[in-house]
Amino acid sequence: MTDDDRVFKALSDPTRRLLLDRLFERDGRTLTELESGLEMTRFGVMKHLRVLEDADLVVTRRSGREKLHFLNPVPIRLIHDRWIDKYRERQVSALADLKHELEKEDTA
Amino acid sequence: MTTDTDTRTTTQIYRVYIKATPQAIWDAITKPEWSERYGYGGRVEYDLRPGGTYRAFASDDMKKARSEMGGSPTPDVIVDGEVVESDPPRRLVQTWRMLMDPQSEAEGFTRLTYEIAEGHGGVSKLTLIHELEGAPRLALFVGGEMESDGAGGGWAEVLSDLKTLLETGRSFHSA
Repeated sequence: MTDDDRVFKALSDPTRRLLLDRLFERDGRTLTELESGLEMTRFGVMKHLRVLEDADLVVTRRSGREKLHFLNPVPIRLIHDRWIDKYRERQVSALADLKHELEKEDTA
Repeated sequence: MTTDTDTRTTTQIYRVYIKATPQAIWDAITKPEWSERYGYGGRVEYDLRPGGTYRAFASDDMKKARSEMGGSPTPDVIVDGEVVESDPPRRLVQTWRMLMDPQSEAEGFTRLTYEIAEGHGGVSKLTLIHELEGAPRLALFVGGEMESDGAGGGWAEVLSDLKTLLETGRSFHSA
C-alpha cells in the first residue's frame, strides 16, 4: 500500500473522520477524551486511531503518563499540493463563488 | 477554536517522511541557500549554538505580493528567535517570533522543535513541534487557517514543499 492509499483508506471511514474533526477542534487529546460520547468500545476507538496513526494523520506524544493524540495535516497537504494545481484551484473557487452569489440572489 | 491555554491543546505537531539523509534535511532547514527554495522562500540566518540568533528574511516575491495586495510594507526580518539547543543533524530547538504584523509580534516568542530521525531505506522522519501557548493568532497563521487571506498554508505547506524539493530537486515555488 502506498502512503496515499493509507490516507484515503483512513479517511474512508466516518468514525475516523469524526476523530480527526475532534482533534481539529482541540488538539492533543487522550484516548479517554476522544472516546467520550462515541457509541463504541474503547478497543474499537483504539483500532481506528491505529489506522489513523499508520496513515500519519495522527501523531502521538507522551506527556508524563498520558499519551496525547495530535492531528497531522501534512499527508492531506501533500495530496492537495500534488493534485490540485494553483490554476485549477482558482477556477474551482470561482465556481464556488458563483454558486454562492446565485443562491444569495435566489433567497433575496 | 478553543480559549484553553493548556499547553498540550495549543501545541501543533507536524510529521513528514522524506527520502533524504538527516543531514540533507538539517541543511535545508538551517542554510539560506536551501531555505530560499521552498515554503515562504525567505533566507534564514542561524547561529547554531545555545543563545545564538535566528532570523528569517522576507523574500522579494513575498514583498512584491504583499505590496500588490495593498498590505503594509513587509519588514526585512519576518521571523526572529534564539537557538536553544542544536544537535546536528538530529535535533534543533529554538524560539520563534513572527514579525509580519503587530499582533503576532505582540504575542512574543514561541518554542519550535525539529526532530530528525533516520529510518529504513534512506527515508528520514522529520517531526516539527510548535508550542504556541499564548499565541492564538500565530497558531492560526502557522496552522494554515489564514490561507484564504493570502497568508499561505503554514507549516503543512512548508513541509510538503520541503519534501518535494528534497525528493525531486524542484519545489512548487521554484517551479
